[in-house]
Amino acid sequence: MTTTKTPLLAVRDLVARIGGVEILKGISLTVNPGEVHAIMGPNGSGKSTFSKVLAGHPAYEVVSGEALFLGQDLFAMAPEERARAGLFLSFQYPVEIPGVANAQFLRLAYNTVQGARGREELDPLEFDDFVREKLALLDIDPGFLDRSVNEGFSGGEKKRNEILQMALLEPWLAFLDETDSGLDIDALRIVANGINSLRTPENAMVLVTHYQRLLNLVVPDYVHVMDRGRLVRTGGKDLALELEERGYDWLGAGATA
Amino acid sequence: MSAVLQNLIDQPYKHGFVTDIEADTAPKGLSEDVIRLISTKKNEPEWLLEFRLQAYRHWLTMTEPRWPNVKYPPIDFQDIIYYSAPKPKKKLASLDEVDPELLRTFEKLGVPVHEQKALAGVAVDVIFDSVSVTTTYKQKLAEVGVIFCSMSEAVRDHPELVRKYLGSVVPTGDNFYAALNSAVFTDGSFCYIPKGVKCPMELSTYFRINTQESGQFERTLIVAEEASYVSYLEGCTAPKFDTNQLHAAVVELVTLDDAEIKYSTVQNWYAGDENGVGGIYNFVTKRGLCKGARSKISWTQVETGSAITWKYPSCVLLGEDSVGEFYSVALTNHFQQADTGTKMIHVGRNTRSRIISKGISAGRSQNSYRGLVKIGPRAEGARNFSQCDSMLIGRDCGAHTFPYIQVENHASKVEHEATTSKIGEDQLFYFQSRGIDMEQAVSMIINGFVKDVFTQLPMEFAVEASKLLGLKLEGSVG
Repeated sequence: MTTTKTPLLAVRDLVARIGGVEILKGISLTVNPGEVHAIMGPNGSGKSTFSKVLAGHPAYEVVSGEALFLGQDLFAMAPEERARAGLFLSFQYPVEIPGVANAQFLRLAYNTVQGARGREELDPLEFDDFVREKLALLDIDPGFLDRSVNEGFSGGEKKRNEILQMALLEPWLAFLDETDSGLDIDALRIVANGINSLRTPENAMVLVTHYQRLLNLVVPDYVHVMDRGRLVRTGGKDLALELEERGYDWLGAGATA
Repeated sequence: MSAVLQNLIDQPYKHGFVTDIEADTAPKGLSEDVIRLISTKKNEPEWLLEFRLQAYRHWLTMTEPRWPNVKYPPIDFQDIIYYSAPKPKKKLASLDEVDPELLRTFEKLGVPVHEQKALAGVAVDVIFDSVSVTTTYKQKLAEVGVIFCSMSEAVRDHPELVRKYLGSVVPTGDNFYAALNSAVFTDGSFCYIPKGVKCPMELSTYFRINTQESGQFERTLIVAEEASYVSYLEGCTAPKFDTNQLHAAVVELVTLDDAEIKYSTVQNWYAGDENGVGGIYNFVTKRGLCKGARSKISWTQVETGSAITWKYPSCVLLGEDSVGEFYSVALTNHFQQADTGTKMIHVGRNTRSRIISKGISAGRSQNSYRGLVKIGPRAEGARNFSQCDSMLIGRDCGAHTFPYIQVENHASKVEHEATTSKIGEDQLFYFQSRGIDMEQAVSMIINGFVKDVFTQLPMEFAVEASKLLGLKLEGSVG
């Protein structure tokens, strides 16, 4: 599967730990423009850690290995610089920020990223029009703009808010960490449609998930299986179906042998 | 330069001083002789001397309060100079002579250049500005009969009003620091709103900032006659330095039937350095008396300065259906300590009070809310709502809440809500992962936290105060 395109992301032999415990034990992954990858694996295998390390969560320490994002050394950049460069993380558990209105937060994020890319920033009125189009895309009630960021949101609302942010920030590469968890069937379909509508030949996505059901709606080009801090298997979309049938045990056992 | 101006700058004494004592400065320490000297120097009437002496004799029997949740070495009250003749501030020729640190702060606060000059004490044209401003507002106020002047002028020009109300809300022996203030206060502000008058502008001590130093024992008295209204602003966001470490002010407010006083403070006294060296001790007694029916007193404070703050702006709700409000943001950083809150004393029937307190602690600071809601036996139908929220930034600071509630009748309602939150790593990371840096993130979270209080501030003040919070927290995260 060779390509002449410059990869969006090239991770090599990444080892990372938290509080002295090694979670990632040598991960390599290349993501090219236009691709959708899925990372699957059992709880505690390191899937969420991988995306947080790449986004720059301060609790994790990179021990060795490298990550190039658009050719730049990702680990030399502050988390906000990574975001401005076009890396996005949709959180598994988005935090609540009481007292900060969602509209205000979204506009600041949008304008900061726009500014970093040399694009036009929007005043509150212009932004309001702009964001309402995106709300419609994800079937979100406009009243949601006046609420505090994620405060009192249902699980599904939080996840939609994450995808809304992705729609606004137009990242080159998005990690979607268990975006499907906590969604009912209808919400899952809406979110999946939203994700599909954001796909372009220039950007890419990495879906971190336990389940096949999201992958039926957002079809991946590659499926990776993570187990105990390593990517133990890579295949096409059929691998996900196989996992659905057989579970992870047959792979996990092999990985630690 | 006009002769009037020249006088203003050079004037070593106020006119009318008795000059039988030669020294400009009293000897260190406090005694009846020193108090007599102050009173003589200020050419005060006999009753005011008696007021001072009574306070002093009471003070001698009192001990310094030890119950606040603050720590500091003992104060030697005999090592303080209680009187020195008012001197004009030293004038600087241009902003180049001003401490660059101060200028940097002004810049961050967005203080316009001409105001920067005024605040830093620069040059004559600015004084001219300030005089013209003074003249304009004095004319405007005189038209409607509002009196707004220094306490010394009030004692001279309106002795009957001062005598009637001074000490009527905070008695001379009320507490240790109020007694001390009553004995030795040298100046302050006086404000009187006649019956039925809505004061046409917000009154600000800022107008008087360059005309004189108010001294470390400031005394303020505001009286609102029936159906009158005034909004009063104290302090400013610019950092305020003083060589005197101890400050013990007293503020008294009185509202008669249907009158309203809105009193807003932004306090940014020098807080000491990052290691907790130096800084002002601010031990203040502020109290309002809702004397008349349906009257209202509203305190809004933004406390960001001082090494130690000890302050409880309170309301005594005597008149039926009177209303007391307290909106507070207290921010502490580094080694600052604040023990602040309010007392709502419900005496009259159907009185209502509302307390919104927001404490922010960063660095190694300690921030305490202390509040009393007291509903007396006759205060049937009284209602109180209190909300006390604390926010912690970092691991080494503390937030404490000491609510006291005393209810002495069965027909009243008291509600208290409290929360403590922390600006956590995960919240900040969430902002960062959306391209927003930590300082902006903190400022956004803090502004959200204090929103309910800031909406009570006059618009311009609110904008400045919001920038001030950001500035005070600079470098406290990450």
